[in-house]
Amino acid sequence: MTTMATAITTDPMLPQPYSVRQVAKETPDTFTLRLEPENPMNGSVFQPGQFSMLWVFGVGELPISISGDPALHDRLVYTVRSVGQATHSLVNREVGDGVGVRGPFGAGWPVEAARGRDVIVVAGGIGLAPLRPMIYHVLQNRKDYGRLVILYGGRSPRDLLYRKELATWVRNRETQVLVTVDYGGLNWRGHVGVVTTLFKYSRLQPASSVAMVCGPEIMMRFVTRELEMHGLSCDDIYLSMERNMKCAVGFCGHCQYGPHFICKDGPVFRYERIRKLLEKYEL
Amino acid sequence: METLERIIAEHPFFAGLEDGFTNLMVSCASNVRFKAGTYILREGDPANTFYLIREGKVAVEVLAPQHKPIIVLTLSVGEILGWSWLLPPFQWKFHARAVDDVRAIALDGKCLRTKCEENHDLGYEVLKRFAQIMEQRLEATRLQLLDVYAVR
Repeated sequence: MTTMATAITTDPMLPQPYSVRQVAKETPDTFTLRLEPENPMNGSVFQPGQFSMLWVFGVGELPISISGDPALHDRLVYTVRSVGQATHSLVNREVGDGVGVRGPFGAGWPVEAARGRDVIVVAGGIGLAPLRPMIYHVLQNRKDYGRLVILYGGRSPRDLLYRKELATWVRNRETQVLVTVDYGGLNWRGHVGVVTTLFKYSRLQPASSVAMVCGPEIMMRFVTRELEMHGLSCDDIYLSMERNMKCAVGFCGHCQYGPHFICKDGPVFRYERIRKLLEKYEL
Repeated sequence: METLERIIAEHPFFAGLEDGFTNLMVSCASNVRFKAGTYILREGDPANTFYLIREGKVAVEVLAPQHKPIIVLTLSVGEILGWSWLLPPFQWKFHARAVDDVRAIALDGKCLRTKCEENHDLGYEVLKRFAQIMEQRLEATRLQLLDVYAVR
């Protein structure tokens, strides 16, 4: 019986039953869901940067990055932007509703390679969600890392994620948080301009830094260019990529990206591995 | 107390500038302060100055009729405000408002234009530095126009 149960839970194609425990509105169209396993024996261990496949029964399955704290093993947290039928249905789950979860999948952020170095987090829009577990990890293991620099760009002040946390992160030792918006109203007292304009305030030490970037692909292209201009080696820059993931284990090929499968080889890639592919619009 | 000469020499915008040129800059420079909320420059006014921001934040704004001002960019410590003094018709194209209390070095554009005309080596150095800022802001504006965070 035990053997059978183990076999079922390790089948990557079989969703595990989870329940929605909390739905929090982040922005007008983005929500954070906290899911807990229906069987408490099923822990929820993941690496920062990994994703899950969330099954909304009767609607479809979605690849969603895990945005919660990797030290909390009794839950999985996801931040979801409602842009289509499946995401709309997911964010409209109510507390107690069931969701199937497969995963976690993929390669995450370079938690070990970054040890002892400054961690530069560059996020655009909802791209902060997959980076948040890494931020939690650095803050909980503060002595293991150098400076933590968070550069975050959003469309407007009302589109910024985790506003309360951004305000608390900045109070941590050796942590710099800079936020900018593309369109700021008169009440906004922060920066206005694209995320790349924040680099000049960040006092980067390129030789001792690792950069982790997530956001729209165009933004990531501009950011990598800026990081290289500031002296970071392309070996020390990591990007989280997004494509249409289906099986999440490298069988179906839906998320093929040149010679890579985003689901299996990524979603986090060392920039050097994919820099040529980023320039190809056909991909 | 920091001298104007030292402040200008250490400002990133003037990094690597020959001492002689720095002295010419100093002869056109003065310390200025703006209270939060005051306008540093206004669209349409004669553009005869530019500013090296030393403290505080400045919002570059566009006024649209029957609309609140639109902030297109903010500038902060270490940055340059204003390049309309450099090219005809020497008029500001935007408003600039101090978001916080701002401390800056004001450089007299008229004075500097004259010195640049007299000394083309200085003119080339100044133009090169402004061209780089214009290029960076043009690139940032293009990215901003792409509205990359919008739902597609």
